[in-house]
Amino acid sequence: MNPIIQHVRDLIKQGKRLDARKMDEYRDLSVETGVVKTAEGSAHVKLGKTEVIIGIKLSVGAPYPDTPDEGALMVSAELMPMSSPKFESGPPSIKSIELARVIDRGIRESHAIDQKKLCITSREKVWMVSIDICTINADGNLFDAAGVAAIAALKDTKYPAFDGETVDYKEMTDKPLVIDKVPIPVTISKLNDQLIVDLADNEEAAEDGRVTATILEDGTICSIQKGGPIPFTSEELGKVIDLAIEKSKEIRAKL
Amino acid sequence: MTYTKRKDKRKMDETRPIIAKVGIIPNAKGSASFTIGKTTAYAAVYGPRELHPKFLQDPKTGKLRCNYNMMPFSGTGERIRPGPSRRSKEISMVTQNALASVMDLSDYPNTVVDVFVEIPQADAGTRCAGICAASMALADAGFKMKDIPVSIAIAVADNKTVFADPDYAEETLNQTGEAEHVADIAVTILPRTGQVTHLQMDGMVSKEKLFEALEMAKAVTKKINETLKVALKEQFKVEASK
Amino acid sequence: MALKVENKSIVVPGETLAEGMDFLPGEGAFREGEIVISSRLGLVNVDGRAIKIIPLAGTYLPKVGDRIICKVFDLTYSGWRVKTNTAYAAMLSMKEATSEYIEHGADLNKYFTIGEYIVAKIINVTGQNLIDISLKGPGLNKLKPGRIIEVDPCKVPRIIGKQGSMVSMVKNSTGCNIIVGQNGLIWLRGEPEDEMLAIECIKKIEKESHKQGLTEEIEKFLKDKTGGVIKKPPVMEEDEPRERREPRRDSRSPPYRGGPRRDSRSGPRNFNRDNRRQRR
Repeated sequence: MNPIIQHVRDLIKQGKRLDARKMDEYRDLSVETGVVKTAEGSAHVKLGKTEVIIGIKLSVGAPYPDTPDEGALMVSAELMPMSSPKFESGPPSIKSIELARVIDRGIRESHAIDQKKLCITSREKVWMVSIDICTINADGNLFDAAGVAAIAALKDTKYPAFDGETVDYKEMTDKPLVIDKVPIPVTISKLNDQLIVDLADNEEAAEDGRVTATILEDGTICSIQKGGPIPFTSEELGKVIDLAIEKSKEIRAKL
Repeated sequence: MTYTKRKDKRKMDETRPIIAKVGIIPNAKGSASFTIGKTTAYAAVYGPRELHPKFLQDPKTGKLRCNYNMMPFSGTGERIRPGPSRRSKEISMVTQNALASVMDLSDYPNTVVDVFVEIPQADAGTRCAGICAASMALADAGFKMKDIPVSIAIAVADNKTVFADPDYAEETLNQTGEAEHVADIAVTILPRTGQVTHLQMDGMVSKEKLFEALEMAKAVTKKINETLKVALKEQFKVEASK
Repeated sequence: MALKVENKSIVVPGETLAEGMDFLPGEGAFREGEIVISSRLGLVNVDGRAIKIIPLAGTYLPKVGDRIICKVFDLTYSGWRVKTNTAYAAMLSMKEATSEYIEHGADLNKYFTIGEYIVAKIINVTGQNLIDISLKGPGLNKLKPGRIIEVDPCKVPRIIGKQGSMVSMVKNSTGCNIIVGQNGLIWLRGEPEDEMLAIECIKKIEKESHKQGLTEEIEKFLKDKTGGVIKKPPVMEEDEPRERREPRRDSRSPPYRGGPRRDSRSGPRNFNRDNRRQRR
């Protein structure tokens, strides 16, 4: 067996982690907003050695026919080959699609953005919010890093000038994008029947499964994604949710 | 009307403020960022690694492969669709050609050295910033190089005024009516010999003005080269004083 | 007609090192007309008339006799293929893997399987970097559970130290078992806190390899962290890994031409090992 994976698993059995962190201890988290001048909102998040940049672009377009008075929300993620030797150029991998969709559901389902408020004229013009996740250096737990960056970038977003016909990106208004809720995704991994948070890249290789739960201010869960084939018992899931709620408070305080 | 005074009061041969950093991406073998005004480029180097498909392999030397990409939110206008475009593919190619001639990869036959250039924020001159960042990243990775190629854009307004490092507003003077034509000349120069490894121009210019622009580029790239040198050495100096 | 840079200063590719014909370009430098130019990011080393550049970053090139850490990624009819942390895979034949008799068509997974790491010796390298490795020799074996970190291969001689002195110091202060591969991979095992300290220390050596008096500084660093407590690493079940290998002189480096010899304890002399690679 791979000696690194074996080592991680052996240590976990003794209640220890590779970098001597506690099971429920996050790496250092820092959030910086307004880092990209060309975006309407942006954030640069560092979680240990994991680094992501998220930029928000606002544009005006036609609404979807089934939601004529709602704006659109779109999340994409690029696992940049620049950020890890494991990532390759080419069409989006399933990993990047899952990352984008987990972040998307957290924001959409929490109604963090009231999509009705993005409507300019019903059936004709609505604001479209594009959230783009770009990895700078990947060292594990991209979900949580991207989740924090997404909400920080959205909070940083201001509308560009719009005269009813075209958007003038050179002129920014003071009008912020209204964020009603702050969803925080927390990923809890299972490794040798232990529940641990914020896995670094070398730990992720040894992980059995994970659950990402997105949590709101009042502890409401607004999205869940279980990853990996290993089953979780109801008891474990209960612990996962409790831990996710507890950790979401800690992360929220850093925003 | 002729463009004689620069919008941001720069001298004709003055670039926007430059910030060069080395070692910004821990996962990469070599990395750097190059910021010039509001344009920023990141570059990361991986390899030498096995080149696939095999028929591309060269048994005499390793190959350099560059990939230029703009992040979706990096443009001043609407969101840029992710993935390769005709433009980004062409810039990848010219970046590769700008750098390849200085590289000595003969120690690594059949391999490829990958350079990834990412633009998080653009305000004109992204290919030049990308090439500067890539040059530093390759040197940081420890490859044998004859020189550190430096790239800059020089503009010529109405075949009269020659000025260095136009930003987006200056690149589009012809759209705002402040000039009739603006020639945008992107050039990469080997600072030691003054040789040109990359040259692209669009606009209208006479031969005389083109060479005036090239002379300006030579002087400007020499200066930028000093900045890159300092950045490459900085990482070791800081530690030495600890 | 003179040196344009100071000895031991840091230079970048393309930087002029000397003018005139008084100096000769060594490894990492080249001549163009009247001037000698650096081709690498590194430290200037003037030895008599020769100027060479001791690289501060670089890529590992396989050399016969080197001990490297590799990862099994493929099983073939006659042996195993391993990744060497370079662009080139290496081959471990059944004959070189074990002294045990392996029956024709036996399941090679019993011995080494995909994902496992081994510490092996390079026994042959061709011009196209086809590599053969062997496990015959003391300390060569499958790696036990532990972590593997990557360092710049240029810095490996410094991390090992003269006759293994540096790595021994790290081992004895942290209580970690450590195996250094010439290819820049380092295996270590101990308590997580001890491993963290060992890694911090190795990274410090890697970063400050060009400094004079590094050994003393590392000694002090470890003493500050551990309070000077000696903590011998546990003896590994099988062979004690050997770190003690004489740093060999660069066969291609210019002969000693007088002038003061550098203090052998410090200075980048040890880097020479890196340049020993045979020219093809």
